[in-house]
Amino acid sequence: MFEIRNLTAGYSEESAAIHNINISIPKNEICAMVGSNGAGKTTLLKSIMGLIPSKQGEIVFNGADISKFDSERIAQLGIAYVPQGRMIFPYLTVEENLLLGCEVRKMDLNKARDIGYTYFPDLKDIHKRKGGMLSGGQQQQLAIARMLVIEPKMVLLDEPAEGIQPNVVQDIGNILKKITSDLDVTVLLVEQFVSFALSFAHSYYFLQGGEISTESRITEENRNTIIKSIKL
Amino acid sequence: MEEFLPFLFNGLSISSILLLTAIGLSIVFGMMGVINFAHGEFIMIGCYSSYIASLVLGSKGTWTALVLAFVLAFALAFAIGYIVERLVIRKLYARPLDSILATWGISLILQQVARNIFGSNNVEAPMPKILNEGLKVSEGITLPFNRLFIIIITILVILLVYIFMYKTPKGRILQAVMQNRAMASCIGINTKKADAFTFSLGCGLAGIAGICISMLGSVGPSTGQNYIIDTFLVVILGGIGGLRGTILAALLIGLCNPFIEYFTTSSMSKVIILSLVLVVLQFKPQGLSPMKDRTID
Repeated sequence: MFEIRNLTAGYSEESAAIHNINISIPKNEICAMVGSNGAGKTTLLKSIMGLIPSKQGEIVFNGADISKFDSERIAQLGIAYVPQGRMIFPYLTVEENLLLGCEVRKMDLNKARDIGYTYFPDLKDIHKRKGGMLSGGQQQQLAIARMLVIEPKMVLLDEPAEGIQPNVVQDIGNILKKITSDLDVTVLLVEQFVSFALSFAHSYYFLQGGEISTESRITEENRNTIIKSIKL
Repeated sequence: MEEFLPFLFNGLSISSILLLTAIGLSIVFGMMGVINFAHGEFIMIGCYSSYIASLVLGSKGTWTALVLAFVLAFALAFAIGYIVERLVIRKLYARPLDSILATWGISLILQQVARNIFGSNNVEAPMPKILNEGLKVSEGITLPFNRLFIIIITILVILLVYIFMYKTPKGRILQAVMQNRAMASCIGINTKKADAFTFSLGCGLAGIAGICISMLGSVGPSTGQNYIIDTFLVVILGGIGGLRGTILAALLIGLCNPFIEYFTTSSMSKVIILSLVLVVLQFKPQGLSPMKDRTID
């Protein structure tokens, strides 16, 4: 379904770059990419989205190499992205933010509202507020809702648990589990919060200094051992 | 009350012209952050459009010619704006200094092209007769119809721009691109197309302003230049990013102008207004009505 082969990417030699990344995510599974600050997690997601040029290697999505596509085309293929800092459009209202992706794709807006507000009922009460006026947690929920309503085939999340109150973090975890089966979505989750990410992931990769140091599938038997073994 | 009426009307008239010339720049400079020194020349393109319309439809000055002029002005300025964006502006986003020089160059080129086509002398576009008359309010006070007409056009244009930008899907898409280009593309928006359209729209609106200016007198290749500083003044005083600030600033400058002029001279009033704007910007560096959000926290 989604595969990265020998990917090397980065702005320049000095900044965080990633080298020779190989990952593979089966359809409708959750893959967690864990690593400390500066390990290259965000760089990896940005290069998948086409925001950072990849120097070599392939990013294969549904059989096609998308490593040379621009962001717009990658998004149109059904890859949705929740970036670090959420990147909510500050002067659009919550509902306008939510529906924008659907308006671009000329999708059914009522259905989109339904999906968005079913997963995140809190957003309905503040749907007229400007995106820039929301708290960090509300913005995070909106960013995930905005990603869901376009009915993506794959989602990329950059530290969704960062700065979020514990019960909302749990909600986000449950939603990610739910969407893989209900909405037929494949998830690549980048996280520093190891115990959170690995509590529901099907596989993990440990990114250190721009390279993958360990990787494994996660089963119910080895889950706790793996969580204990990873020291960022 | 009656003594104030001419002042008020003059002020509103100046405000409407300021607003009409600034609205396109408010979009290009305020929303996209592109410093377009050729904005005045897109106004000039509009000015000449009414002259072209009169050449095509005869120099009687009919309403048909005026309507054609409006369509032509918007279309021509929009099209030339589109070409300029594709060829020059596109390569200079996030390089404000280069874009100042480049658009200044474009401004000179467009002026010279106008000189070559229409000659360096000013031309006069005939207008429907009724626009040269006026509404007689009392003995000694007549409100010229052309100025009333410009006020109405301004209100219409503002209303249309507002509805387009804030109430239509296309407008929301443009707003999203201006607010966060990278995220907009990650949502599936074609940002290059949106940039080209936004810039062209700003130029098209300048064209409409040009028609209104051609109602007030003869126009020439450098007509646009007379407006460029005032339009930047309005946009900067109003604050980057929104229509509301631009409207407020245009009203403020326009309404102050006749009163200050009454007590001093017209050149002195320019000095005073510029100083007032500087004082206001000392206390409100973001302009009168800046956009607020929490993303800065």
